[in-house]
Amino acid sequence: MQTFTYSRARSINELRAVQAATGDRILAGGTTLYDLMKLRIETPDRLVDVTGIAGLDEIISHPDELVFGALVTMSDAAAHPAVLQRAPVLAEALSKAASQQLRNMATLGGNLLQRTRCAYFRNGTEYPCNKRTPGSGCAALEGLDRGHALFGGSGSCIAVYPGDWAVALVALDAVVDVRGSRGTHTIDVASLHRLPGDTPHVETVLEPDEMILNIRVPVGRLAQASTYHKIRDRESYAFALVSAAVALELEEGFVRQARIALGGVATRPWRVPAAEAGLTGRRLDRATALEVGRMTFADARPGRHNGFKIALGAEAVADALMIAAQRSENR
Amino acid sequence: MSEQDPSPRDRSNDLAISRRDALRISAAATGASLAGFGKTMAAAQPMPVALPGMSLTVHFQVNGNHIETLVDPRASLLDVLREQLALTGAKKGCDHGQCGACTVHVDGRRVASCLTLAAKVEGRQVLTIEGLSLEDGSLHPMQQAFIDHDALQCGYCTPGQIMAAVACVQEGHASSDAEIREYMSGNICRCGAYVGIVAAIRDAAVTMGGD
Ligand SMILES: Cc1cc2nc3c(=O)[nH]c(=O)nc-3n(C[C@H](O)[C@H](O)[C@H](O)COP(=O)(O)OP(=O)(O)OC[C@H]3O[C@@H](n4cnc5c(N)ncnc54)[C@H](O)[C@@H]3O)c2cc1C
Ligand code: SF4
Ligand code: FES
Ligand code: FES
Repeated sequence: MQTFTYSRARSINELRAVQAATGDRILAGGTTLYDLMKLRIETPDRLVDVTGIAGLDEIISHPDELVFGALVTMSDAAAHPAVLQRAPVLAEALSKAASQQLRNMATLGGNLLQRTRCAYFRNGTEYPCNKRTPGSGCAALEGLDRGHALFGGSGSCIAVYPGDWAVALVALDAVVDVRGSRGTHTIDVASLHRLPGDTPHVETVLEPDEMILNIRVPVGRLAQASTYHKIRDRESYAFALVSAAVALELEEGFVRQARIALGGVATRPWRVPAAEAGLTGRRLDRATALEVGRMTFADARPGRHNGFKIALGAEAVADALMIAAQRSENR
Repeated sequence: MSEQDPSPRDRSNDLAISRRDALRISAAATGASLAGFGKTMAAAQPMPVALPGMSLTVHFQVNGNHIETLVDPRASLLDVLREQLALTGAKKGCDHGQCGACTVHVDGRRVASCLTLAAKVEGRQVLTIEGLSLEDGSLHPMQQAFIDHDALQCGYCTPGQIMAAVACVQEGHASSDAEIREYMSGNICRCGAYVGIVAAIRDAAVTMGGD
């Protein structure tokens, strides 16, 4: 690993000053960044540790909104009573991710910006990878693509966005408050990540000097009747093969509103408005849920080894809808 | 960097380097090759704790002992424990957060020490397997339970398993076998001693009850 300058910011003003002067890279929990530095995929020469900045490690439960400081750890958010009760999809997305050791280290802001687990990307210069070395090609397109995207891929990259938390957030129309040289502004989590297009190495709409300060999530009846259903190669401690974040508002068994987002199968967190519309106004039973599950994958573009995720994903969405419906009734 | 430290006892305080260190480091930084560095410093900018190729001093507690040691800014807590402090209980399995063999506690919470920059433990309390036994030298109930249930074969994963298991019980995540399995899933055992491990934790959870 190359050497770097390491400093610690204790306030946003200190961070702003160091960013303006020397453009240091933000270090939070380090579970993505330090990992990729060990692999020599990330090579920052200046790091500023933001975990000492006061006031960004709280969760506030307002009547119609949950506000998460960007430095809250995944484990604290997953165990927070208001999160568990008011938006179970968020708590489940966090508690089903990584391990308790990592959740104790990783922050909610850093989590959003985790990078793909594509093995060609992680394994170094032996393989061409446009995300790692722009213009070098994509080994996955002609290689093993079992873990690669059904949605949102391009001729340059088909890597899956691996996170769970962002998928749950887009299902609930969450936003992030961001601060940097462009001032303070708010971005929908749904538009935070870019499609790969011709520039897969540019992953988000953030400027290098911008810091996510808060994540805000509208909560109400919809968020309460929600779930995160994650299917993995093993029972626990694995990234999603496919996951479904679902939220429902039911009226006497009929769907008034539905939200469906997918993880593990797309190049960014993936909302499926067509399936949401297809469910609205209908009575929810298992057959309808499965029909909607299939609808969710209607536009999937499988490669050579990941086609199995279409049937698996349809079942996962159906199961998620039934779990959410139960929660709606139990309210 | 302001003259005064912010007054409340919060995490930002624990992470702050002492002014003496900052001065010592910045004095070193004005050496020939870095002569221009001071000019880029804005008023409210944090003082770099370490410049490339330089070591930084970290102060922390390990198993109740105060430690002050020079570390490479690139070093992981795991490497500092093993290579500099001769605490070789925590093991390096994968070095990428994937196996749990390096599990230690920082301020009472279990973490993967291989993905923890040593620079980050400034002001913190670290507990390793070497510090787990009781003051009279007798084994911690979790250590005893691992022996009683034969919860290992080669033993390589065991220090990490035990540190994770103690935290698992303390967190309140050991109420059923299913919950133990879920919250111990970050610790891989290549020998497959899982049945014994779950049994040991179930047992020790009862003994540790008064914790
Ligand atoms: C073995 C393993 C298994 C995992 N399994 C899962 C899983 O199943 N599901 C899942 O969702 N995740 C999983 N993860 C990923 C993990 O959740 C992320 O690594 C973690 O959440 C990143 O947070 P961090 O605070 O450590 O970020 P860091 O590594 O510190 O930072 C990540 C990136 O975000 C930037 N950054 C950090 N904070 C901010 C901020 N506030 N504003 C702007 N930029 C910022 C950094 O500059 C860096 O580019 C796993 C990780 C490992 C190592
Ligand atoms: S899918 Fe993307 S990340 Fe993976 S090898 Fe291709 S370009 Fe690289
Ligand atoms: S060595 Fe740290 S998790 Fe494997
Ligand atoms: S006892 Fe050998 S790896 Fe667990």
